[in-house]
Amino acid sequence: MAVTGKQFRIFSHVVLILLSLSCVIPLLLLIMSSFTSEAALLRNGYSLFPEAFSLEAYQFLWHSSGQIMNAYRMTLLSSLVGTLSNLTLTTLLAYPLSRRSLPGRSFFSFLVFFTLLFNGGLIPSYLVWTQTFRIKDTFFALILPNLLMNGFGVIVMRSYFSTNIPNEILEAGRIDGAGETRTLISIVLPMSKPILATTALMSGLAYWNDWQNGLYYLVKRTDLYTIQNFLNRLIASMDFISNNATNSAITAGITVPSVGVRMAVAVIALIPILIIYPFLQKGFVKGIVIGGVKG
Amino acid sequence: MQNMRGRKTLKKRIRSHLPLFIMMLPGITYLLINNYLPLTGLQLAFKKFKYSQGIWGSQWNGVKNFTYLFRSGDAAVIIRNTILYNLVFLVLGTVFAIFTAILLNEIRQKSMKQAYQTLILIPHMISYVIVSYIAYAFLGNDNGMINSSLLKGMGLPAVSWYTEPKYWPYILTLIHLWKTFGYNSIIYFATIVGIDTAYYEAAIVDGAGTWKLISRITLPLLKPTIITLTLLSIGRLFYSDFGLFYQVPMNSGLLYSTTNTLDTFVYRGLLETNDVGRASAAGFIQSIMGFLLVLGTNLIVRRVESENALF
Repeated sequence: MAVTGKQFRIFSHVVLILLSLSCVIPLLLLIMSSFTSEAALLRNGYSLFPEAFSLEAYQFLWHSSGQIMNAYRMTLLSSLVGTLSNLTLTTLLAYPLSRRSLPGRSFFSFLVFFTLLFNGGLIPSYLVWTQTFRIKDTFFALILPNLLMNGFGVIVMRSYFSTNIPNEILEAGRIDGAGETRTLISIVLPMSKPILATTALMSGLAYWNDWQNGLYYLVKRTDLYTIQNFLNRLIASMDFISNNATNSAITAGITVPSVGVRMAVAVIALIPILIIYPFLQKGFVKGIVIGGVKG
Repeated sequence: MQNMRGRKTLKKRIRSHLPLFIMMLPGITYLLINNYLPLTGLQLAFKKFKYSQGIWGSQWNGVKNFTYLFRSGDAAVIIRNTILYNLVFLVLGTVFAIFTAILLNEIRQKSMKQAYQTLILIPHMISYVIVSYIAYAFLGNDNGMINSSLLKGMGLPAVSWYTEPKYWPYILTLIHLWKTFGYNSIIYFATIVGIDTAYYEAAIVDGAGTWKLISRITLPLLKPTIITLTLLSIGRLFYSDFGLFYQVPMNSGLLYSTTNTLDTFVYRGLLETNDVGRASAAGFIQSIMGFLLVLGTNLIVRRVESENALF
């Protein structure tokens, strides 16, 4: 709908190209560094224009990849389990709340909404999850705290159901003898693919990128580390080495790779997102727009 | 009689909706565990916490946690940092996002528009762990690009970025903007796209230039979105992005004066320094202030422009 002058349009292109570059170049630095030979890195530091290309970082990772492959598996597993559980829980709560006839509807809606206004913070949550539910050093630590369902997602999905699914269709289903579960599965869900996809996408990204649950709740079981936790541990030891301190507790259990390998690990963690993202870009934009306005 | 019948029909209504209640059970249970049960832990701010005694069993100790927190001087630093960063982020972030959204709206070719959107959204897709690796590739002492290429090339001495607190307000602001501007600009862009083109056409007939169109039509019509997003940010004035302030400075103790916020302080108190007393006092301040700010700002907006209120 651009209606303004030609000059301004050219200006827009120029600025947007610069902004796009600023988003890509930092990633390029990461990728270039991972393909630079260790000797060149030590001589010139990380650079966009490496003096000598080399695959040695990746070769090293290939040969000592046990931990990384394991972390990868954990990322995949927790993202899959987490996203499916999130989708199920959110849908099962949002659908009844979208039904006008539900007794106590406003009370339950408030129960969901209030969680967006007030929360206890890290310490109480940590104590509830570790002392009452004892999820520390279990797989559940990656799934349960905070990410499993959030009030905002429920509210967004609920309003999608109430605005997009006419009551008459639900009524018709009931007259045909469909129970509530049947109605949900064979009438409501097929009509709600966009919101289901958006919810799954957002939840999937949150699980894939999460490192906080691992940081809080995985202390001894480093075998449960996701790729993000692994990277996080690596950077902690990197920091520690650059400060020349000696504290074996930080590096215990993890071998510290050299300068280039660090960047290679980060690239490996990044690649799935960079590959999948362009295909799902429209979905993400839609999700942002839905989430950005009032739920 | 009336009452009896009312109760009976309610019972009936509940029974006829039983499948729906069963559906809600897992979600409601999760909220009770993950969101409501922890609220009882707020009392720890007024207790001397011992792991063996738990939330309820620990002894009360009045406001001692708060007096320790404020006497030590940490409270002033972390509250100042949290609020100031948020205000800077809010102002710069909003201006930058609206600017980008207006530029995006000028692009005619659909493919170009989509390409720009895809690229500027990339930082949003990346976790802060990876961002901290990228930051390190730039700022690292011996290997970082800025020290080894840029400053060296200009004949300047290397800077020890991870030990100099004075640079970090700029570094963190830059990284925050980098990570969030694409996301926010897409929200604003969606609003701009929804503006009726007739407004612009009429204004052009009246001889309005680019700047007039932006300042007299686009910006005023963006106001509701700006208010809503600002409101949400003000409600989170006492919250900081843990990833940004913990990961990116690599938890470097020398930088705490400009990188320590309520969230990093609470985390370190709980899991690194075992200083649960002061940390839970800080967490209490965060929870309560966050709640009051949401209620307060919403109340003000409801008085001034009720249609923009959140609830």
